[in-house]
Amino acid sequence: MNMINEMRLDFPARPENEAFARLAVSGFLLPLDPTMEELADIKTAVSEAVTNAIVHGYMNHGGTVRLRACYDEGGKVQIDVIDRGCGIRDVERARQPFFTTAPGEERSGMGFTVMESFMDSVHVRSAVGQGTTVRLIKRIRLRDEALPRRA
Amino acid sequence: MLAYEKKRNALIVRLSGELDHEAAARIRRELDALVADTGAKRLIFDLNGLEFMDSSGIGLIIGRYKLMARRGGSVAVFGSDARIDRIFEMAGLYQLVERLA
Ligand SMILES: Nc1ncnc2c1ncn2[C@@H]1O[C@H](COP(=O)(O)OP(=O)(O)OP(=O)(O)O)[C@@H](O)[C@H]1O
Ligand SMILES: [Mg+2]
Repeated sequence: MNMINEMRLDFPARPENEAFARLAVSGFLLPLDPTMEELADIKTAVSEAVTNAIVHGYMNHGGTVRLRACYDEGGKVQIDVIDRGCGIRDVERARQPFFTTAPGEERSGMGFTVMESFMDSVHVRSAVGQGTTVRLIKRIRLRDEALPRRA
Repeated sequence: MLAYEKKRNALIVRLSGELDHEAAARIRRELDALVADTGAKRLIFDLNGLEFMDSSGIGLIIGRYKLMARRGGSVAVFGSDARIDRIFEMAGLYQLVERLA
C-alpha cells in the first residue's frame, strides 16, 4: 500500500475515549472528502473495535489502545485498532454473529458482524495473553476535485 | 441524552446524541430506575434524535426487552434511521421488539 498520509494515536482504554477515537479518525479522513455515509460507516466500525479492546481485550481494567490509520492515493483507508490485552482464543468463533463472552454486560455478539458489514474487509490477528489487532479497510470514492496529491 | 414522558402505563423515552458503550451504561442505569419508579408496563424508544449508534444499542434494547418481559410488559421503537435499522435487522431485533410507524 502506497500511503500518502498516516496517523497514530495511543490512549487509555477508557469508555469516554470511544467517542474520541471516532472523532479522531473522522478528522484524519477529512482531506479525502468522504460522504457522510462513508464516514458514518467507518466511525461505526472503529467504535466497535475500540469498545472491544476496552471491554474484552483489557476487561475494563485499563491498558492502552493504539489506533493507526493511513490512506493511499486511491482513497483506500486502512485502520488498525490494537490492544495488548487478553487476546482471542478462537477468532473464527469470535467473529460469528451472536457469539459473545460477555452476555451479562448486555453485549449482543454483533460487533464483528457490524464491522464486516460497514467495511470492505476486516482482518483479525490475535494471540492469547498478547493482544489483538483488528485491521479495518475501506475504499472511499474520490470526488474529482478531492484527489489528494503527494506532498 | 435521555428525556421521557409517561402516558398511562407507557414510558416514552427519547434518546439523543450518540449511543455507544459508554452512553449505554449511563442510559441503562437511568432507564431501569425509571421503569422501577413508574411501574411502566410498556417502554417505547423514540430514536429520532440519535446521531450515532453501534452494537451497544442492540444490547441496550434487548436488555430492556428482557427486563420488560420479566415484568409482563413490552418494548417498542420508532424513529430509527436507515443505518440504525440495518444494525437492528442484523441482530433480528424486530422479531422481539415492535417497530412503530
Ligand atoms: N480486542 C479483543 N480482545 C479480546 N477478545 C475480543 C476482542 N474483540 C472481540 N473479542 C471477543 O470476541 C467476541 C465477539 O466480539 P463482538 O464485538 O462481535 O461481540 P461483543 O463485543 O461480545 O458484543 P457487541 O459488540 O455486540 O456488544 C467478544 O465477546 C470477545 O469474546
Ligand atoms: Mg463488541
